[in-house]
This record gives sequence, structure tokens and C-alpha cells, in this order.
Amino acid sequence: MAERTVTNQAEPVAAAATVEGGKRQRSHELNALIGLVGIALIFEILGWIFQGQSFLFNTQRLSIIILQVAVVGIIAIGVTQVIITGGIDLSSGSIVGLTAMVAMSFAQVGTYPRAVYPNLTDLPVVIPVLIGLGVGLAAGFINGALIAYTRIPPFIATLGMMVTARGAAKWYTRGQPVSFPTDSFAAIGQGMTPVVIFLAIALLFHVALKYTVYGKHTYAIGSNESAARVSGISVERHLILVYSIAGVLAALAGIVIASRGLTAQAGMGVMYELQAIAMAVIGGVSLSGGRGSIVGTVIGAAIFGVIISGFTFLRLSAYYQEMIMGAIIVAAVVADVYRQRYRTGAR
Amino acid sequence: MANDGIVLKTEGLTKYYGGVHALEDADFTLHEGEHVAIVGDNGAGKSTFVRQITGVEQPTAGKVFFDGKEVHFTSPIDARDVGIEAVFQNLALADDLDVPSNIFLGREETYFNLGPFSFLNEKKMYKRSMEALERTGVKIPNLRNNIANMSGGQRQCVAISRAASFASKLIIMDEPTAALGVQETTQVENIIRGLKKQGIPLILVSHNLRQVFNLVDKIWVFRRGKIAGMLEADKTDGNEVVSLITGVKTGVHENASYI
Repeated sequence: MAERTVTNQAEPVAAAATVEGGKRQRSHELNALIGLVGIALIFEILGWIFQGQSFLFNTQRLSIIILQVAVVGIIAIGVTQVIITGGIDLSSGSIVGLTAMVAMSFAQVGTYPRAVYPNLTDLPVVIPVLIGLGVGLAAGFINGALIAYTRIPPFIATLGMMVTARGAAKWYTRGQPVSFPTDSFAAIGQGMTPVVIFLAIALLFHVALKYTVYGKHTYAIGSNESAARVSGISVERHLILVYSIAGVLAALAGIVIASRGLTAQAGMGVMYELQAIAMAVIGGVSLSGGRGSIVGTVIGAAIFGVIISGFTFLRLSAYYQEMIMGAIIVAAVVADVYRQRYRTGAR
Repeated sequence: MANDGIVLKTEGLTKYYGGVHALEDADFTLHEGEHVAIVGDNGAGKSTFVRQITGVEQPTAGKVFFDGKEVHFTSPIDARDVGIEAVFQNLALADDLDVPSNIFLGREETYFNLGPFSFLNEKKMYKRSMEALERTGVKIPNLRNNIANMSGGQRQCVAISRAASFASKLIIMDEPTAALGVQETTQVENIIRGLKKQGIPLILVSHNLRQVFNLVDKIWVFRRGKIAGMLEADKTDGNEVVSLITGVKTGVHENASYI
């Protein structure tokens, strides 16, 4: 181990590592940003070659890119925090589906004869929103409590919730879609509102992670859980808080997507959890915990959006798109593993 | 206070891990201002003893008295709240945080209280960390660097500075210099001497007998989960300590390498 190095050698080695390490940390988001620009430029060039038009200089396309990533981006903000604690959340896609169904069922118009709750129609918009967020909170709380108190791996706990919440979404209306929301509920997902919600959530949690005790403890737990524990951090309570926030943000995404589509179906949000994890990992959030940032995830989301929209722009078949997306997720994780190895090797 | 000058006292402290009797019937006393060492072979029960008195684990049987009162620490936080700080063998530092964040981990300075969402007073923590490191004579080039990028010695010094700056009643160090080089060991030993001047009692778990004789007033020897004896550092010698550690009365050479 390098820790056992003789003192007078250890000092300069450590100093060198410090400079190097500091640089590497600072450039983490910058790397992602360079990646984003690079990928966009590749599509720009390919666009001129194969389509005879610009990829980037098309405001309609750009707004579609942003809109596409906004909903999953909201989930990715929560997932980022979970991953920083050293955990993972596989349940967010299913929570999207369940929340979309439940929220929509309380947001239906009275003129629709087959409403889920015929006596509870035309409710003010806050009611379906709060009920939806409550569903996400409950699911996230259960995830967090399971992980914190039974010590089962986050992978298993949230996998269980993934299946259960999806089942609940189907059971809720026996598989029937829920439609016809009130105008005020429908307004949540229209136009660029989802983007505004995404950016506001991103800003909020950027501040929380960077400048508050909550953020410090989130990083500390992912960095060294036993150190966090003996330092007096209530690891259990904190994990429940982080998973609850992730649940609420998944629920928010469910509300937005239901509102935008004017309908809710039990199958909504399938694979969103993986897309959200991919955004975070592409943005430099380490799956081994302790490192990453909201800024990184937002850039990761942008990269994700550019790639998907670039494929569509090049008229690549949807089948290829999914396969390539899978490869990109694995590649991002492989890159993270190599970064880890390099880092521990350097120390 | 009715503590008769005794800071920490254990009576019949016992810890079983299943069938393993890691610690049996330990009666230990620490007086005010006293620096003592706990020595013993691997598996003698030294670290087990430390874990019981710092709340990391709960004893199977026996009593712990702190400042004249019986205490039941359910976690290290309980011990910390009464003024006991510990430096554990596996450095309790978060690699991905910088020096001030580690020193103030779990007791961050904030501007105003908003529960977990209180805003951090980074400036104050930075300043107080500087002061804490200066007091202990530790030089770290850039406090804003993550702990992961520091040498073993620097990391250990941060851990010790943290304990030293918060400990008001008692400081416990479990093998603080085991992984350090010569220069770094000297630095840690100087910190310990500084604590003696301040009158803060210390329990030092160490394998290094030379270090023990240099630093402490009393030596408690553990053997096979039991306290084999207590020796005054200035009235004993390495041979006596070693024979207590090993349980062999004779055959220790006066120039044996472990002294």
C-alpha cells in the first residue's frame, strides 16, 4: 500500500497526486461538456453529409431535445443523489407509471362519464399533484427504510419496488388507461413547462448538494459509510431522506408525463430508471458513490438527448437506437470503473 | 464532581463474540490528566476494549463509569457527546471530502438551522480547521484537497487533529502510528505530548513499546482477553512488560528487538 511509503518519499508523491487529483476533479464536468460539444459536432457533420442540413441550427430540434430529456432528467436528479450515497434506484420508472395513474385519477373532468372516482372530479390541481407526490414519497420511503434497516442491497430493494409499483399501476384500474384531465392539470406538461420544472429542480438540488449539510452527509455516506456513522451522522435517517426525495422526483416526472400526454397508462416510464442512471453516469457520477454532481447529470442528460435526437435525425432505425443506447450505458460504466482503478492506483 | 479524580473506570467489562471470549472481566481505571497505554499481543482484546468504551459495540457484561457516573453508550455519538473522542484503527475519514469537511463531519457549522438543509458555513469551518491543524503542528498544503489525495501520514494527522480539537474529557487512539513513516510518527507523538500539556487524558493502544515508554505514565497489559497487569512506566522496563504480554517469565533477552 502506498500509505506505508517511507515518509520523506511520501510527501512529494502526495503533493504530486494532490495537484493531479485536484485537476482531475475540476475537469469532471468540463470533460462531460467537451463530450457533449464533440458528439453534437459529429452529428452536425454527419447531418451535412447524409441529410444535407444542419443538426444544431434548428430551434425546433433543439427544443425537442431539451423536452425529451426534461422528464427523465427530473428522475435523474433524484437518482444522482441516490448514486452519490453509493446506492442505486431501479424503481423510478415504475414509480412514474404508478404516479401517473394515481394522479390522473384525481385530475379527471366531471363531464367524462367513466371517471375513476365519479364523485371526485374537477378537483383543484394541487390535489392530484400532492396525491401523486405522496405516492412517490411513500415508495421512496419504503425503499430507503428497507435499505437502511434491513441492510439489503439497494439493487434488490429497489428492484422489488420496481416490480411492485408496476404491478400496483396495472392493478389500480385493472389495466385501463386514465384520461381526460382538467385544463389546469393538463397545463403542467404543456409547452416548455417540463423544461422549467427540470431546471428548477436541478438548481434546487445543486444548491442542496453543494451548500448544505444534507449534501455533505450524502457525499460522506457514499465515500465512507462507517466514517459517516462514527462521525455522528444518522446514516439510516439520511438514506431514507435521499430515497424519499428520489421517489418524489420520480413521482413529479410521472405527473408531468401524464399531464403532457393527457392520459396515464400503467406502462408509462418503462426503462426510465436506466435512462436516468445513464444520464448520471455519463455526467460523471460514480457508481461506487461519493462523487458526482447535479451539473454533471444535467450535462449527461443533454448528451443523452443529443444522441437520441441525432439518431432520429440520421433516420437510424429505433431498434438500432436501443441497442446503441445500451452500449453507451455500459461504456459509461466501464469508463467509471477505469477512473476508479486509476484513482486508487494513483494513491 | 464525585469522581475522585477518576475519569474512566470499568468493572468486569466483558465481551463475547459468540463463543469467542474477546474480553473478560476487565477492571480498568484512568485518572485525570493521565496518559496510559494499552499493550498486548494480537487478539489480546485491546481493540475490543476500546470498542466497548467508545460505544462502537455494547459489552456483554460489566459496567463503565465516566466522570463518576455509570454510562451506557449505544453509539460513538453518545461517547462523543460527553467529550470522548476516538481515533480508530481504520481511519474514520471520508475520502471524497476535503479537510474541513472531514474535521467537522457530523457537526458542521451552519449559518442558521434548517435541519438537514442548513447552509454550511464553509468559511468558519475552514478557519477553525486551520487553527486546529496549527495547534497540533500539522502542515497540509491545501485544505481544499480531498483526503483521498493525501498521504497516510497527512490523513492520520487530520484524524488526530479532529479528535484533539473536539475532545474535552478523554481521547482514545487505536494504533495511531501503525501505518506511518518515521517523520509522521514523530509528528503524531508531538501531538500526543501537546495533549499531555493541556491535561487531556489519553488512552493509547500501541504495539510499539519504545513509543509507549516515551509517552505514557502507566501501561496496561492485556493478554488473551484479560488484563494481565498494570505497570508504572517509570518503575518498570521492557522485559517486565514483555513477560506480561507473553506470559513467559524468563528467556527475554535484554536487547530483544521489540523493546
